[in-house]
Amino acid sequence: MDFFLQFWQGIPPWLQILATNLMWVIAIIVPLMLGVAYLTFAERKIIGYMQMRIGPNRVGPRGWLQPIADGIKLMLKEIIVPTNANKYLFVLAPVLAIAPSLAAWAVIPFNDGWALAKIDAGLLYILAMTSLGVYGVIIAGWASNSKYALLGAMRAAAQIVSYEIAMGFALVGVLMSAGSLNLHNIVMQQAGGAHYWYVLPLFPLFLVYFISGVAETNRAPFDVAEGESEIVAGFHVEYSGMAFAVFFLAEYANMILIATLTAVMFLGGWLSPLPASWIPDIPVLSLILGDGIHWLLVKISSVLFFFLWFRATFPRYRYDQIMRLGWKVFIPVTLVWILVEGVAMFLTPWGYLFH
Amino acid sequence: MMSFQHIVFFAFSAILVFAATMVVTIRNPVKAALYLVLSFFTAAALWILLQAEFLAIILVLVYVGAVMVLFLFVVMMLDVNLARLREGFGEYLAIGLLVAVLLLLEMILILSSGDFGTAHMTAPAALAADESNTRALGILLYTDYLYTFEIAGLVLLVAIVAAIALAMRKRKDTKFQDPSKQVRVNRDDRVRIVKMKSGK
Repeated sequence: MDFFLQFWQGIPPWLQILATNLMWVIAIIVPLMLGVAYLTFAERKIIGYMQMRIGPNRVGPRGWLQPIADGIKLMLKEIIVPTNANKYLFVLAPVLAIAPSLAAWAVIPFNDGWALAKIDAGLLYILAMTSLGVYGVIIAGWASNSKYALLGAMRAAAQIVSYEIAMGFALVGVLMSAGSLNLHNIVMQQAGGAHYWYVLPLFPLFLVYFISGVAETNRAPFDVAEGESEIVAGFHVEYSGMAFAVFFLAEYANMILIATLTAVMFLGGWLSPLPASWIPDIPVLSLILGDGIHWLLVKISSVLFFFLWFRATFPRYRYDQIMRLGWKVFIPVTLVWILVEGVAMFLTPWGYLFH
Repeated sequence: MMSFQHIVFFAFSAILVFAATMVVTIRNPVKAALYLVLSFFTAAALWILLQAEFLAIILVLVYVGAVMVLFLFVVMMLDVNLARLREGFGEYLAIGLLVAVLLLLEMILILSSGDFGTAHMTAPAALAADESNTRALGILLYTDYLYTFEIAGLVLLVAIVAAIALAMRKRKDTKFQDPSKQVRVNRDDRVRIVKMKSGK
């Protein structure tokens, strides 16, 4: 132990910073990738049971090794680059899809003080990073030199830009309540028990944010960008093997990201739903009922369950109805609620409801 | 001795100049738009280096995340004829060169006049570690520059209304649904039960 301490103090400070940050990155990415793998498994199992099937149950005990087998299969498959495709952009597109969805995790607070970067404009950074994800889709569609892929990319571009506005407005409501763009401060403003969480005063914004999040990740029922009954597989129709798998990883990493953000901004992040005075002072029980990362994981999992439930339940939206929902329903709803919130906070004595 | 900041600055500047040059020289319009995205992104990185994190993130959010996506959307739909694009290059070359040389001369004249440079500007005081760029900008915008800000907002609103008024036209032969009517429909509006005598 002493030897390691001396070794650590012996290396230059910039190398220390680099090493700590690298450890942080690994500590975030590895559980995230495992989460993605088992989210695909959970999806197949849950949708299976909802449709009175069993789902994957052959690989390993009760099918638990299925995602590993899928991963190995995808890695061993050949990557086919279509003729006349733009080779550089074709390879670049999956990278551009996954990079922002991983980069956004840098500012997520997992527990009190557990974040890779505690930047002040964290909320804006998240918005900027999630808005970059669309480039992977657009470039994939264009570089594939395929009509179906291009159609899928066009649909994705229009849809994501439209829903980003509603999403941004929903977050404006959150930052008005919290008075900060820092995600850690946003969570701490919701301290004191479940009745302080922003999901109650900002319920319309919560709904808009969550549904826009489903649309942003191109998940059912908003998955027109890859609607298989209309345009085969949309933007990634020409991709195979690992290149396809990277798109797949990006989609599921984005789902987990949206679920985490919903938990952080509306459901109190890592905070326990019980007020501090209700938690008994018994060793194990106080740890379980008190604040901690396990509450964040529970919240993320419950939000993710809704993603899967939606997919099993709703039929796909028609394209013009998606546009109508985004522009004519969500944006007015958010604007009205921001107005209500602003008036209540500054002109009426009920402002405390929104804090 | 170059510090780490110098290395970062020169690296990003080199990428920015390269990307900006590619935007105007590359033939394929989609690739030109993608290089423009790269130059916006690099400019944002340079702003972060100046501790202007709000401006940098807004640049990425608005220009890279929204404006350029729509730009690519349009450019990808265009059927660009490269041969026609190259037509008339020789005609405009002389005028273009003249303008470029003039601009260069003007820049050299102004920048070498001795009125610019670090000697005339004191370095700004270092920011506190918890200094919030966003908060400072917000307070300025809503107090000192409130009227300018409101007028800018009004101008943008007028622009939105004008764009919609110019582009919107009602076609009589378009079929469309009214979703609120569809939701309000009753069983009696759609179903008519006809009593029929059963045949033997």
